[in-house]
Order: sequence, then C-alpha cells, then structure tokens
Amino acid sequence: MAERTGTAESTGIAEDTAISAHGLRKVYGKIRALDGIDLMVPSGTVMAFLGPNGAGKTTFVRILTTLLSPDAGQASVLGHDVVRDAQAVRTLIGLAGQYPAVDENLTGRENLEMVGRLYHLGGPESRRRTGELLESFGLTDASKRRVKTYSGGMRRRLDLAASLVAKPPVLFLDEPTAGLDPRSRLGLWEVIENLVKEGTTVFLTTQYLEEADRLANNIAVLDNGRILEQGTAQYLKECCGGDVLIQLRVADRTQTVLAAELLGTLGDGKLRSVPETGEISFPIIGGTSILAEVVRRLDTGGVTIGDLQLRQPTLDDVFLSLTGHPVEASPEDATQAKARGRGGKGRKG
Amino acid sequence: MAKVEKGDNMIVPKTVAPAYKLTWNITDTLVIAWRNILRFVRLPQLLIFSTIQPVMLLLLFNYVFGGAISSGGFKYIQYLLPGFLVQIVVFGSSQTSVGLAEDLSRGMIDRFRSLPMARPAVLAGRTLADTLRYTFLVLLMIGVGYIIGFRFQNGAAFAIAAAMLAVLFGFAFTWLSAFIGMSVKDVETAQVAGFVWIFPLVFASSMFVPIATMPGWLQAFAKINPVTVTADAVRALSLGGQIATPLWKSMAWIGGILIVSLLLAVRRYRRIA
Repeated sequence: MAERTGTAESTGIAEDTAISAHGLRKVYGKIRALDGIDLMVPSGTVMAFLGPNGAGKTTFVRILTTLLSPDAGQASVLGHDVVRDAQAVRTLIGLAGQYPAVDENLTGRENLEMVGRLYHLGGPESRRRTGELLESFGLTDASKRRVKTYSGGMRRRLDLAASLVAKPPVLFLDEPTAGLDPRSRLGLWEVIENLVKEGTTVFLTTQYLEEADRLANNIAVLDNGRILEQGTAQYLKECCGGDVLIQLRVADRTQTVLAAELLGTLGDGKLRSVPETGEISFPIIGGTSILAEVVRRLDTGGVTIGDLQLRQPTLDDVFLSLTGHPVEASPEDATQAKARGRGGKGRKG
Repeated sequence: MAKVEKGDNMIVPKTVAPAYKLTWNITDTLVIAWRNILRFVRLPQLLIFSTIQPVMLLLLFNYVFGGAISSGGFKYIQYLLPGFLVQIVVFGSSQTSVGLAEDLSRGMIDRFRSLPMARPAVLAGRTLADTLRYTFLVLLMIGVGYIIGFRFQNGAAFAIAAAMLAVLFGFAFTWLSAFIGMSVKDVETAQVAGFVWIFPLVFASSMFVPIATMPGWLQAFAKINPVTVTADAVRALSLGGQIATPLWKSMAWIGGILIVSLLLAVRRYRRIA
C-alpha cells in the first residue's frame, strides 16, 4: 500500500482508485443530465448511485463505460481516461445495462461465447469461461435453449454473466434488479456480493435504498444531475430520517389532523401527514416500544387506527428529507425526467 | 485478460489486455456476421417468407406484364431478370437498417460498444451477413429464372460477373441502409424510411421497362439512376451488348455509395449515444 501510494502521487492518479470523476457534465438541450459530478471510488468497494428516474444515473454510467462523451469534466477507470483512452477502459470494465442486452435468437451459451470472442479471449477460453458462468448463474440447463424462451430473471442473469465473461476488475450495473421478482432479486444480490468478495469493484445504480444498503459501501443520492449527499448507508439513514418508520392510516380521514397533533412530539419534527388519505408516517430513532405509545395516544384521543405498520425508510424518505420534495414531483418535472431518461438511453451524441 | 489479484488491499489487473490488433477488424466482423446469420437459421419462417416474396414477384412480373410489355424481340424474362436481380438486393438492403435499429433499441449496440472490439465490426458483420443473404437470393432468382425460360447469352464468365455485380451493388446499398438504421434508431421508422428512397430508385429505372417511354423529366433522373446503370450493366453482362459504359458508371456509383455510406455509418456508430 505504502509503496503504491508513492507511485500514485507521482502519476497524479491513485492506482487504488477504480473510478474517478471530476466536474462531469452532460447537457441535453436545456436539461442538465449531469451537473458537475465529483466522485472517487476506491478499488474493491461497491458504490451505489441512488436516485429517481432522470436523476442522471444512467448518463453517468454511459459516460464511464465509454458509450457517451461528457460535455465537460473528466472521468477515468483504473487511471484510464474514458475519452482519450476508451479502448483500454473497455478491456477493464463489464457493463450490465438497464435492460438485458442479450440476443434472443441465440442460445444462452452462444450469447456468452460471442461476448468472449469479442473480448478476444479466443475460442477455447471463451468456451471454458462460458461453461463456468452458466454453471454459477444456474443457467446450465437452459444453456442450449434460445434466450427468447428465458424468463425475465434468467435474462438478467445471462446479461450479468455476459458482463463478467472477461473477469473485469470494474463492473457497472445500471439498475440491475429493476423489474425482478423478490426471489430473483435476492439471487442477483448474492451473485454481486460474491463478485465483491473476489475483489471486483462494483458501481451500481438503483432506485431502492434497500438494495444500496445491502450491497454498497458508499451511497450517493443523486437528483437533477447532482450528488446531494454521499456516505455510508448508516450515515444516510441517520441524516435522512431514522432507521425504521412508523406508518399508519387513521380509519376516519377527517381525524388525520387530530392524530398528527396527538403524535406530534413522537415524530421529532419529522412527522408527515396526508389528510387526503389519512396517512401519517414518522421515523423512530429508538426502539419499537414506541408502538405502544402510538396506540395509547391515539386510543386516548379517540382516533381509530385503520392500519399500522413499521417499515424501512425508502428512497422517498431519504429523498424527501434531502430535497424537500418527494421523488415524483410535478408533472413537468416528470416529463423532463423522462426526456432525460431517453437522452441517457439512446439519443443524441 | 484482466484478472484481479487479492491481498494488500489492491486490485490490479494481473495481465494487461492485448493491444489493439488490426486483425480484430476481421475476426470481430466474422463473429458478428455469424451471429446475424444464425438469426436466419433460427427463424426459418423469416427465411422462407423472405424467399417466397421475391420468387412470387418475379413470376407475377413475368406473367402479368410479360405479354403487355414489348421488349424488343426478347422474351420479357430475358429483359426482366437482370433488372430483377438488382431490384432484389436494393429491396433486401432495407433489412439492414431494420436489424440495426432493432439492435439499438434492445441495447445490443450498447453492449457491443462497451466491449474492446474493433469499431466497424458490428456494422461490417451485419453488412457481410446481409450480403451473403443477397448472394443466396440472386442465385435463387437465377435458378427460378432458368425454370421459366431465362438464359444467359454471354458465357459463364460474364454470367458470374453479372451475379457478382448485383451482389456488390447490394453490398454498397447495405452500408447506406446501415447508416439510415443508425440514424433513425427505431425499428418502425427504419422500415418506413427504407421505402422512401427505394421505391423511386427502383421504379424510376430501366429495371422493369426501358426508360424511353417515360416523360422527359423522369428520363433525366432514370438515366443517371444508379439502379438503371447497374441494371443495364447486369443486363449487358448477361445478354451481351455494350458492357463498358454501363459497367464503369455502375462501378463509379457503387464505389461512391460504398465509401460515403461506410464513412457516415461508422462515424454514426462511434458517436451514437
């Protein structure tokens, strides 16, 4: 470590930095998809970008994987500039995009072998690696079937396997579990965790705090192309609304305000109430013993509870406390977000 | 390949990735061509219908128009078939843009672009696979033509040259189609966009009828139309007659279309995002 640091300083780029970005910007017309991103991801760690659709997550991934050029700023992977040294970057990365990029008319095996050959691993090594990956992703039985017959979860796994064919030291995963059922999601998380154990640096984007929490050492919350807050999952949860939330719905919506008043002091000033639906939620910092207190106060105040539950904070909660607005903002913002999402996906150049 | 090394907190690629090699342009192209050909093997119905359609058209043209169209002493099939070969590859080339637009919309192009592969290979592999398809179609049409009375008049060498010229013409148009596909990026648009330029080129030409009967303004277009000069060249190679003039005109068009389209398409591919 010490020797390496010396080298790193002299070259100006730390060798143990897997991913770095400085003042990264990308503009689509009036929309600033990325508005000055600075980031440093140490090798062997997992970094997650957490944010709603259109926050700029995909645009960032596309720039780092050499698919898109930034308008300003600089980014590099293992010390290789993504613009000037794009070819070197491509040999070091694996990418699994938002939608599985696998050929439906080919079998699972053919898909992986094709990618192996395009990484120039040669025929025998491509076949060996393909067999290995099919096995570890539980696709051996389906390997001779056309991908057309695969389920969504199988396609995802195959797509992830394709990104791992060359054993890349840095892996980019753009919303790897979007649209997956809970079981497939768990399976994919385990796969990613194993990769990390083997030393792979993982950069992933997600809309789920739970996912970032489970997988990432560091999380950056992204909105409108900017990093709002960055830190460990623990840090974000503490800054953004407690570990667990109490969420309840009063049986009679007209009592929402009354209920909110009764519970006001418990919520530590972070109580949210929605009179239209009768929903009230607030973070609990201490233990769950507070539940009894909630029930007691409402009961004494004559408020009937329709529904009461504990839940993990979601992106919504983190987001709300960081931005002051919920993830789904005004329709105008939503349209912009959509346009940006498209921009990130497949427009402009 | 880059392998990771554990220990002392450092993840360093164990071996440096192989430096860019020129031969990758060829090997990567072949991998992609293989992938695109498999598509035809895997979708036999696609192959069957894309084969039935031109056969049907050839028969219809021959028997519906054949009697009505004067073709200067020849049986109409003699006039029709050489032009038909050119027509087939031009219509066939529209498939290239559709296929590429499909790859784009499904994220395949993203995957390929994130790989350390030769940059022109995705397009070259596609155009190569499509050119093999034309070769098959051209040979098939000649076979069907022979059944309904077509005969080469100029010897085997010129017959082969005629077939090759048609395929080469298709190769050039495939690159134009590739550029269109990379530009419109959407499968449905690619399908429609193809016909916008294909119909005038194909019909305002000497492909089905001699251009002498067309109004003057259309004749002016038809005379310089690359489809006309190529159909004339293929016809001359097949049947005899003045070969040199239509052939060099055709080759000039092929060269021009190929170079411009190839450069535009590869540029598009590099910059597409």
